[in-house]
Amino acid sequence: MTDVLTLSHVSKSFGALKVTDDVSFAVPKGQALGIIGPNGAGKSTLFNLVTGNFLPDAGQITLLGRDVTRTPAMERVRMGVGRSFQIPQPFEGLTVFENLLTAAAYGQGKREAEVQDACVAILKDTELLAKANQLAGTLSLLDRKRLELARAMATGPELLLLDEIAGGLTEGECQALVATIRGLHAQGVTIIWIEHVLHALTSVVERLLVLDFGRVIGIGDPDQIMASKEVREIYLGMEV
Amino acid sequence: MHQVTTRTRASTIAGIAALALIAVGLILPAFAPRSLIQDLFFILTMLTLAQLWNLIAGFGGMVSVGQQAFVGIGAYAMFAGVILMGWDPVPAILLGGLAAFLLAIPMAFFAFRLAGAYFAIGTWVIAEVTRLVIAQWKTLGGGTGTSLPREATSDIIGVETIANLFGLRDAAARDVLAYWLALGLAVATMAAIYALLRSRTGLALAAVRDNDNAARSVGVDARRVKWIVFLAAATMTGLVGALIYVQTARISPDAAFSVTNWTAYVIFIAVIGGIGRLEGPILGVLVFWGLQTAFADYGSWYLLALGVLAIATMLFAPRGLWGLIHDRTGLSLFPVQRRLILIDERSKP
Ligand SMILES: Nc1ncnc2c1ncn2[C@@H]1O[C@H](COP(=O)(O)OP(=O)(O)O)[C@@H](O)[C@H]1O
Ligand SMILES: [Mg+2]
Repeated sequence: MTDVLTLSHVSKSFGALKVTDDVSFAVPKGQALGIIGPNGAGKSTLFNLVTGNFLPDAGQITLLGRDVTRTPAMERVRMGVGRSFQIPQPFEGLTVFENLLTAAAYGQGKREAEVQDACVAILKDTELLAKANQLAGTLSLLDRKRLELARAMATGPELLLLDEIAGGLTEGECQALVATIRGLHAQGVTIIWIEHVLHALTSVVERLLVLDFGRVIGIGDPDQIMASKEVREIYLGMEV
Repeated sequence: MHQVTTRTRASTIAGIAALALIAVGLILPAFAPRSLIQDLFFILTMLTLAQLWNLIAGFGGMVSVGQQAFVGIGAYAMFAGVILMGWDPVPAILLGGLAAFLLAIPMAFFAFRLAGAYFAIGTWVIAEVTRLVIAQWKTLGGGTGTSLPREATSDIIGVETIANLFGLRDAAARDVLAYWLALGLAVATMAAIYALLRSRTGLALAAVRDNDNAARSVGVDARRVKWIVFLAAATMTGLVGALIYVQTARISPDAAFSVTNWTAYVIFIAVIGGIGRLEGPILGVLVFWGLQTAFADYGSWYLLALGVLAIATMLFAPRGLWGLIHDRTGLSLFPVQRRLILIDERSKP
């Protein structure tokens, strides 16, 4: 099986703070990998390194067989990296539908007319169709989260990065999002998902990575990882 | 089934009304007095400048206070074409566009490195430097300026035809020609901006303005979009500057690079009318023209009042007069929003 993404010995510091510390792992095509770890462990930073929003201080990042360590973010999107932000960042002055049109047209390098149908289908999947013509700035938290997912999907990703997409949602709302993500996974999209809502995460992913102080302290089968002593210490008091 | 459209009933009516207005504008010189033609020249050129500023600041989020650089360099390039190369003033207007385009390249290169208020200050500094450099150009009058030579203004292409057509003196016929060119530039500018906003690039522009970081994360090349818009607006601003000085026929660095005339007034027009909407500057220029006609004699008190009015608008109606109208009525004459309309399968025969 080929790897969609490989990180080898990637490090990143902010001033004296080492936020990513010699991180190495690979994600095979079609896999769903979960990432857990306490707040401030460097999970979102890891995503920013993969998308190109941050450049690493050391190490190498390979995407679909190509070294992208220094490749600009927008080029990586066209190669097939879609991401959602932990704090939703909609284009507030555009409608929900226009948010998707922008992502689809630019993420896939196509004309607007060519991507309209796909955007409508994504709106249906993410239960946003009724709000298609609403300005994104007026959406509720749930709908902003849905829009994050929908916009990432619209870029036509081969690798989808989801950053705490289920946080702050009710159980029912969470279930709906999980169903959408599971559907994407079934279509063969490779997924990396950072999530604190563990039962949502473990119901989808087949592999789990634990990050603490910027280091990978465990990666493998979710059940085994959750059972390990180190992880339980970190997650003491958290929902397991 | 679904359909995507930007058109509304109001926009169809607005489109027809716009065409009718343009037609009236074209034949107006046949019966309008010279003073009206001159007023309209002023309105149309200020409108075009305001639309261009609105494009880069309102739609592109790049608040420039250095637009006078492009007006000035455009005007001087036209003068250079006439005086140094013996060109007819009208084709020499194109040199104004070219010169502004060339100046915009280093300006963007420098100013794009600056964010927010520093961007604004950066553009202003470059405009000042350009003015100082141009003031050293002795053959074009140095610091005191110069006039277009009588030979050049007396036989501008088309003027004689217009004079014969409407039975006018040469000076009045020149005004008509300048007015037609201003009308052409205003219509072309607004049509081009409207087309841009409705194109894929329009989406990118809005995305970059709303959230630069997120725009990049969906594959938008934020830098490229900003470059395109900045260079295009600068070029058009240069053309307008050259045209204004074909009509004035007299130039000086202080006038051609005036921050008050070509940037402060222009920002006033956009702010009063409504930033980030094509309708805004249209409304704004009419308000400005009214104030200018009534109160310009009051000098610095007038300027002070304009400033207070602009600040009050920003505080209490940040989207300007057109914003107020839009909020009350939902009216949009030039809509750019792509609306998704679902067509129910069952309701079809
Ligand atoms: N752009 C930045 N500049 C400086 N420090 C940052 C920046 N982004 C993140 N950090 C710091 O890096 C650490 C890890 O942040 P982050 O990756 O967001 O953690 P997580 O997503 O695991 O909660 C935190 O201490 C955070 O304050
Ligand atoms: Mg985070």
